[in-house]
Amino acid sequence: MLKGKGIPIFITFLVGMIMIVSFFIPHKPFGDIEKISLNWYSIIAGFTMLLGVDSLIGMHFRKVKRKDENWFFSLVLIFGFVATVVVGIVETVRFGTAFDDKSYFTYIYNYFIVPLQATMFSLLAFFIASAAYRAFRARNFDATLLLITAIIVMLGRVPLGEQISPYLPKFTEWIMQVPQMAAKRGIGLGISLGALGVSIRIILGIERSYLS
Amino acid sequence: MLKKTLLLIFSVFSILLFSQESDSLIFLENQNPFLDFKLTGNDIPNDGGGGIQINWCFPDTLGNWFLTVLRRDDSNNVIVVATDLLVSSMQVRDVSSEEEPSRVKDNTNYYYTGILSKNMINEKFLNKLISNGSEYSKNGVYIFGNDTFYITGETEAIFSKSSWFNLSRIPVLVSLIIIAFVFLYYLNLAKSGKDLYIRKINGLDAVEEAVGRSTEMGKPIMYILGIGYVTDIPTIAGLTILGRVAKKVADYETRILVPSYDPVVMTTAQEVVKEAFTEAGRPDLYNKNDIMYITQDQFGYAAGVDGMMMREKPGAVFLQGLFFAESLILAETGHSIGAIQISGTTETAQLPFFVAACDYTLIGEEMMAASVYLQKEPMMLGSIAAEDLLKVFIMFLIIIGFVFSVLGYGLRIEIIKNLFDWLINLLQV
Amino acid sequence: MNIFLKLLKVDRRFIYIFIAIVVILPLLLKPKFPVVPSKPVKDVYDYIENLPEGSNVMISIDYDAASMPEQQPFLEALLRQLFRNKLKPILIVQWQLGAPLGTMGLEKIAKEMGAVYGVDYINLGYRPGYVAQIVGIGKEIRDYFKVDYRNVPLDSFPMMKNVHNYNDIALLVGLEAGATYLVWIEYAGGRFKQKIALALNAVSAPDAYYFYQSGQIVGLVGGMKGAAEYEVLVGKPDIAVAGMASQSYSHLVIILFIILGNIAYFIEKRTKSKEGGK
Repeated sequence: MLKGKGIPIFITFLVGMIMIVSFFIPHKPFGDIEKISLNWYSIIAGFTMLLGVDSLIGMHFRKVKRKDENWFFSLVLIFGFVATVVVGIVETVRFGTAFDDKSYFTYIYNYFIVPLQATMFSLLAFFIASAAYRAFRARNFDATLLLITAIIVMLGRVPLGEQISPYLPKFTEWIMQVPQMAAKRGIGLGISLGALGVSIRIILGIERSYLS
Repeated sequence: MLKKTLLLIFSVFSILLFSQESDSLIFLENQNPFLDFKLTGNDIPNDGGGGIQINWCFPDTLGNWFLTVLRRDDSNNVIVVATDLLVSSMQVRDVSSEEEPSRVKDNTNYYYTGILSKNMINEKFLNKLISNGSEYSKNGVYIFGNDTFYITGETEAIFSKSSWFNLSRIPVLVSLIIIAFVFLYYLNLAKSGKDLYIRKINGLDAVEEAVGRSTEMGKPIMYILGIGYVTDIPTIAGLTILGRVAKKVADYETRILVPSYDPVVMTTAQEVVKEAFTEAGRPDLYNKNDIMYITQDQFGYAAGVDGMMMREKPGAVFLQGLFFAESLILAETGHSIGAIQISGTTETAQLPFFVAACDYTLIGEEMMAASVYLQKEPMMLGSIAAEDLLKVFIMFLIIIGFVFSVLGYGLRIEIIKNLFDWLINLLQV
Repeated sequence: MNIFLKLLKVDRRFIYIFIAIVVILPLLLKPKFPVVPSKPVKDVYDYIENLPEGSNVMISIDYDAASMPEQQPFLEALLRQLFRNKLKPILIVQWQLGAPLGTMGLEKIAKEMGAVYGVDYINLGYRPGYVAQIVGIGKEIRDYFKVDYRNVPLDSFPMMKNVHNYNDIALLVGLEAGATYLVWIEYAGGRFKQKIALALNAVSAPDAYYFYQSGQIVGLVGGMKGAAEYEVLVGKPDIAVAGMASQSYSHLVIILFIILGNIAYFIEKRTKSKEGGK
């Protein structure tokens, strides 16, 4: 009976049931099951990081070896990876923590990672502008309503709105707390029930598309 | 109370004035302004054992004083410091923790005593007190060196025990039974061959078109699972949709790229795609290297995926999973290369971005139901119908709550107000 | 007419240039914009103002460099208020790459306000496993933070002597770039009744209104605007207030583009219907 997909489905069912039961029974050994499984997950996830690194470095190594298009950037990636790891280890040994004020790792963090991350995030400002420009067209009644609300909220959320009228920020706050929240809660309820449905389908073995 | 406090402060001052530096422990007879000061304790209910809760209620004027809680073990009469904190905390839990699993054992009688002190407790005094078992049992005012301490009376015997059922979770159990019943009913209905309806979801009807058009143009398909982990339900939902999409990709004999944020998700995605290709009869087309790890840094991931989009120019981009601030950075880049984009997430704050930049967006539960929609097996449809019935049930509860709160709190009808409070209490976990 | 029709097909990089100009120019010219604090921000400020002297306030750094422009000004304003009111910040980090930012802000303001490490404030650093940790602090903080960020034992610091769990923490302030705050609310707030205030990136702040409305958090500081309001409340306008002009003008530019886009859209529609009529 337990052949092929049967075994993983049975394991999924068993583990799912144990987790449900342990939610209601605090007595040992049930009470600790959640914590133990989270610890196991952390251990497994730690080892899969090796698979991730293997995938990343392997791909770029192949690119360099084959001299693919833009292979030089792959070389930069491999160099950056190795350099960061080495500096991290050396500085941890030297200072006890990699993030010491005088450590080169802190230098890498402050002058590479911080500006790179900040740059990527700040792209959002530009992308919001172009997406808003395209999306907010008064095509029909609904779209017009959305457009007007968007403009009110955009003005109400900056000090400029306060200068136009002191009621604008208050109205914006109302939009955020009442109509916005109502819609969100509705969507949120649907999502929770959807999550319940996905979980039950997986535990009962009805949903098998994720199985290998 | 005030009188007692003043008396204590007076005694402290008088002692400070007349006492001399010495290491002897003096017990002040007949100076006991706080005779009724006591700690109380009980087993922490609904836990796995190894925990006792201690409460006290001393006057506010002592709020800034220190309280050192001592625990005496019944079996071997050993006295140890359980914890020390400010009097204003009002309660503390003495529990076995990972660091000290042997702290409180189940089914052993413990007795607790508190030491009140104006300054942090003197270690020497503590050692003297603990080693001097007989003195310790007397509650009252003690002098040690220049400091004065007040020792409360001992509590009754308290023991901790492990509960077999968490009573506070009964409402959850009841909901679980109702949910299980509804699901089983609909799954049975589906088994018996009753036709179940699922409404049209445009975004999912477009999957075929997106994969087909991409193949015609000779471009790959990109499937982005977002920055969730495999423990997040939206990521799992994204993986189930990936299975269906990958099967179509194999049917059309094209390529699918899955850049991943988490190595566990990457490994799972590799298995899902491999299985889908095998099921479609094209295991030869599966390339493990197309499902690759990028980085576990949010914006590093966004940069990596954007770069890949610009180079590979996929004809269709799927964004299905958990997305945060990087959602629009990915979707706008996808739009700029002219790909058909089908997105879906449960993060309500990101939905507007997806709606603005993508051709189709699956809103929350549509995404959860996508796998069902793409397969349309009777049993799967049954589970969706069950969800809908539960939704009606919740709507009904919300309407009742609304009416009750308007009548009870708005119009102040006492009975309905009580009924509303009862209902809230009942549903609270 | 033609100009408007061309606008419909405008290269998006054209929009980007405009946005870049209106962001950069005000930062250089520094025009003054009056900032009026909103209620959710004022609630956080007032709650802290009413805390008794000597109370411990836990600050959780749940952001990294990407959110630095939004979160760092608030962190600094908050620390100024805490030190001024003789409250004791306990800094912990849930996002590993945020650790240096938290330390940087804390050391800068502590130096400015003359606070002493270990007596007036402490930095516990990062520990992995945030869910287990947030639950664990409910029992005993030493189970996870036996030492501070420089591996010095916790018990060697006077201010930590009496800090064991949430009972000893008057307020938790989470500076959030992601969804870590949900765990704070669920476990620290729900299970241990810890009072919580949150500062979220503007993009995810609307999500936290649930919890503000239901009273699960005492207040909410949203994005750079919230930080600017907080700077004004604390009485030391700084970088976030300066950023408000950029933000105001860039919103204005986006609105102008939307209006122009709509005019173009209507002209196009009319021309099309006229052509159709012929």
